[in-house]
Amino acid sequence: MTFVAKPKVHHPRLPLNDIGLTRRDYEGSVSTLCAGCGHDSVSAAIVQACAELSIPPHRFAKVSGIGCSSKTPSYFLSKSHGFNSVHGRMPSIATGANLANRELYTIGISGDGDSASIGLGQFSHIVRRRINMAYIVDNNGTYGLTKGQFSATNDKGSTSKRGAPNLYEPIDLVSLAIQIGASFVARSFSGDKKQLVPLIKAALMHKGMAFIDVISPCVAFNNHNGSTKSYDYVREHRETVVAADYVPHAEEITADYEPGTTERINMPDGSILQLHKLAQDYDPHDRVAALHYVQSRQAEGEVVTGLLYLDPNPMDCHDILGTVDTPLNQLNEADLCPGNAALGSVNASFR
Amino acid sequence: MAVKYNDFVIRFANVNGSGSASANGMFAKALFRMGIPVATRNIFPSNIQGLPTWFEVRVSDKGYMGRREGVDIMVAMNAETFAEDVASISPGGYLFYDNTKPLSKELRRSDINEIGVPISQLLLPEFADPKQRGLFKNITYLGVLTALINIEFDVITGMVSKQYKGKEDLIEPNVRAMELGRRYAFDYLECPLPLQVKRMDALGDKIMVDGNTAAGLGSVYGGATVCAWYPITPSTSVAEAFEKYTGSMRRDKASGKSKYAIVQAEDELAAIGIVIGAAWNGARSFTGTSGPGISLMSEFLGLAYFAEIPAVVWDIQRSGPSTGMPTRTQQSDVISAAYASHGDTKHVVLFPATPRECFDFAADALDLADRLQTPILVLSDLELGMNDNLSEPFVWDDSRRYDRGKVLNAEQLEKIQRFGRYLDVDGDGIGYRTLPGTHPTKGAFFTRGTSRDEYAAYTESPEAYERNMQRLLKKWETAKTLVPKAEVSTGPHRHGVLFFGTTSLPMQEALDHLAEEGIGLNTCRVRGFPFGAEVEAFIRGHDKVFVVEQNRDAQMRQLLVNEIGVDPARLVPVLYYAGLSISADEIRLQISAHFSANKMSRVTEVKS
Repeated sequence: MTFVAKPKVHHPRLPLNDIGLTRRDYEGSVSTLCAGCGHDSVSAAIVQACAELSIPPHRFAKVSGIGCSSKTPSYFLSKSHGFNSVHGRMPSIATGANLANRELYTIGISGDGDSASIGLGQFSHIVRRRINMAYIVDNNGTYGLTKGQFSATNDKGSTSKRGAPNLYEPIDLVSLAIQIGASFVARSFSGDKKQLVPLIKAALMHKGMAFIDVISPCVAFNNHNGSTKSYDYVREHRETVVAADYVPHAEEITADYEPGTTERINMPDGSILQLHKLAQDYDPHDRVAALHYVQSRQAEGEVVTGLLYLDPNPMDCHDILGTVDTPLNQLNEADLCPGNAALGSVNASFR
Repeated sequence: MAVKYNDFVIRFANVNGSGSASANGMFAKALFRMGIPVATRNIFPSNIQGLPTWFEVRVSDKGYMGRREGVDIMVAMNAETFAEDVASISPGGYLFYDNTKPLSKELRRSDINEIGVPISQLLLPEFADPKQRGLFKNITYLGVLTALINIEFDVITGMVSKQYKGKEDLIEPNVRAMELGRRYAFDYLECPLPLQVKRMDALGDKIMVDGNTAAGLGSVYGGATVCAWYPITPSTSVAEAFEKYTGSMRRDKASGKSKYAIVQAEDELAAIGIVIGAAWNGARSFTGTSGPGISLMSEFLGLAYFAEIPAVVWDIQRSGPSTGMPTRTQQSDVISAAYASHGDTKHVVLFPATPRECFDFAADALDLADRLQTPILVLSDLELGMNDNLSEPFVWDDSRRYDRGKVLNAEQLEKIQRFGRYLDVDGDGIGYRTLPGTHPTKGAFFTRGTSRDEYAAYTESPEAYERNMQRLLKKWETAKTLVPKAEVSTGPHRHGVLFFGTTSLPMQEALDHLAEEGIGLNTCRVRGFPFGAEVEAFIRGHDKVFVVEQNRDAQMRQLLVNEIGVDPARLVPVLYYAGLSISADEIRLQISAHFSANKMSRVTEVKS
C-alpha cells in the first residue's frame, strides 16, 4: 500500500488513444490493498484495456460486492460511476444497472468469497440471464479482509498460511459459467498482463455474459508453499490453451500468425478477436469439449488459462427480453404513460 | 315473513381446484351489475387442488364492505367441511346443498332452513362426461340462486356469453346447466326467499377490482420500467398485472419491442438488488413481495437507505410469523417494514386502503422514491390485494409529470464548480445525484454502503459520519411533508380511533353501531409513515385514541409511541389477528368493552 498520491499532471509523452486520452485518464484513486496484491495488477490491466479500447471513461459502470476484490473499482476509472454494494450481490445490482441502460459498458468485479460462497446463487443466475457485461473474479482462494479463511474456490488439500489443509471440494466458477450460459469464459493470471489485457478488451466488446476468472494471489494470506493460488504455484502449473488478441476495428489487421492456429472472430462493432490455439485439438466453440478439457486438466493439477469458451452466436438479456433500443432510463412520460383515455376501457373491464 | 333486501352474507364452501371460482365470481359480479354494494372474500388454502376453500360475498345496501360475522346463506358443496359449514350458519339462515345424497340426521339443525337440490342427479342425464358434470355443478347452483334470491337472469347469462367469448361452444352447455338449476328452483322451491336482491343505484361509476391489479397498473402509469420479483403469495399478482398491462400498453409500435423489463429473479435478495441497481442507473423500478421477502430484502433496504437510492417495494402482507398462514391476511409487517435492516435505519411506508389508492400510491411511490432518494414500502395485504374490492375508478391526470427528483444532467454539471453527491444544498436533507454516463469529467461518484463524506469519499471521521446521519434525519423531516396525509374527521368527540389500510373497510359500520351505543369517535386514517403533523395533532387532541390493527403486537401503536412520543396509556390497542379480515363487530365489541371497563362516559361530549 502506498500513501503517495499520484501527480495529476500527465507526462507530456504519454501516448494518446483514439479519443485523445492517455492511460492516466482511466486510472482511479490510489489502492489501499497490500503491496504486491494480484488484484492491483488486475486493476492495472483493466485501465490498460479500457484505454486501448478508446471508450470514454464515463461510459463504464463499475459494480462490485464486498471484499478486497470489490474495493478495487475505486482504483480504476475514476470518471465512471461505481457501486460497491453488499456481499455477494453484485450480480443483481449489475442486472438492474444493465437493464436500465444498455448502452453503458458494465464491469463487475467480484472475488471468490463474493461469487463462489455467499454469492454463488446470484453468480449462477446472472450467467443464466446473460447480462451483457464483463464479470471479473479476482480469485485468490482466501478471505483477505477477515484475515485468511479458506474460500470455496480453494483446492482440496491446499494449506492455509498456518499449514491447515482445506478439507472440502473446490467450486470451479469457470466450469459452472460454461455450463449455465456464459457466452465468453476465460481464465487468466494476474501476473500475466500480456494475456489478461486482450481478454478484458474482448470481454468488454463481447455482447453477452463475459466471465473471466483471474487467479490473483493473496500476498498476505495465500502466497506460501502449499497454496495452489500462489504466484509460484500458478506460474508452474498453468497451461494456456487459447491466447487471444483483440484488434479494434479501426486498426489494420496484420496476419502474421501461422495459418491453422489463428482464428478470427468478428465482434459486433466490427472489431476482431484473434484466437491462437496453443493446445492441439482445443475447440473453444464446443461447450462440452471445453468443459471436459478444463476439468480433465484440473484433475491433473493444472490451471488452464486463456479463452476457454466462446459462443459464436451470443445473446444478451435485452435480446431475450426484447427491450427497446433506447435505454430504459431515457424513456419519458410520452413513452411510458398510457394516459387517462386508456383507462376508460380498463375501468370498463372491471364493471 | 318480511322480505329483507340487499343485506346478507352468502358463503360458498367448495373444494379448491373444482372450478367454483368462476361461478362464484359471476355471482358477485351479477350483484355488482345490479348496482348493489358487494364485498368478496376468498378464503383459500395454501394448496392447488383438493383442500377446502370458501368464497364469501357480503351484500350490503348500506355499503358496509368489511367482513361480517355469521352466514345467512351457506352454499355447502364440500362434503369434507359440511358439518362445520352447517354449524356456521346464523339462526334463521339457509343451508343450500346437493340432496342427491340425503342429509344425515345428526347434521340437521332445527333453527335453520334447508334447501336441498339434487344437483348431481339433475346433471346426470344432461352431461355424459363426468368431468363436465363436476364443473357444471357450480354453474347449476348459480342457476338455483338466481331464482332463490331473485338475480336478474339476463345479467348473469350476459356474463356467461362474455366470459366464454372465443370459446362459443362452452356458452350453450353453461347456460343449459344454469337453466337446469333455475327451472328446478321455480318448479320445486319457494322462490324467491325472504332474503333477496333488488336492483339499486348505489355504485355510480365504481369498479370492482383487486388491489394487486391496481398496483401493477399504477406502476405502469407511474413510469416503472424495471420490475424484478420472486413469486410469493399473496403478492405474485402485482408483477403479473404489471406484465399484463405493460404487454398491451408499453410496446414500441414500430419495432414491437418492450419499453420495460421484467425479471423473475432467483430470490427476493436478487429482486431488490435488481430494483436498486436499476434505480441507481436512473430507471424507475419496483418489486412486489410479502413478509418473508421483506426479511430477506432487509440488508439491501439498509443499503438503499444509507446510500440513498430510490426503490419501491410492495409488501402484500400475510399472516406471520415465519411462513405463518400464507393464504390469510394480516397487517403484521408494520414494524419490520418501517425499520427494515440493521443499524439506525427507517423507511417511508405508505398504507393504501382501496384499489384506487393502490393505483394512485403506485405512481406516488415512484415519485417519492425519486424525490427522497430512498426506498418506499407500500403496505397492502391479502385482503386488499387478492380480493375484488369496490373502488372508485382509476383516473390519471394527463398534465401530471413524473417527479424524477434531484438528478443533474450534463449541462447542470457544467455549471457546478465541485459536485458533492451528499451535500445538502437546499437544506431539505436531500442531495443531488447523477446517473452513470452523464458527463465525461464531472459528476462521477462512488456509491457505497460504507460511511462517506459530502463528496462521497470514504471516511471513518466521527464528525463526517454524524453529519451524514443527521442529514438523513433532516430528510426524514422532509418526508413527513411529502407522504400522503392522514384522513382526519373533526367531529365533536373527546376520543378518537386511528386505523389504516384494510382496517378501514369495517370502520364506518363499527362507528355507526358504536354511535347507537352512545359512543362517538373522531377518526384518523393513517396513509403514510413518517407520521405527518396531522397525526400527531389528532393524537394530542384526544383523550384516548383507539388504534385498530390486524396484528398481535399492536405494531402501529408501537410506531406511534416510538415516533411521536405520546403517553402509551392514551393509545388503546384494538387487535384482531386470526387471519380473516377484522370485522365491525370485533371493533365495536373491543371499544365498547374498554368504555365499560374504564367507566368512560357514553354520552357524547363536546370538547370545550
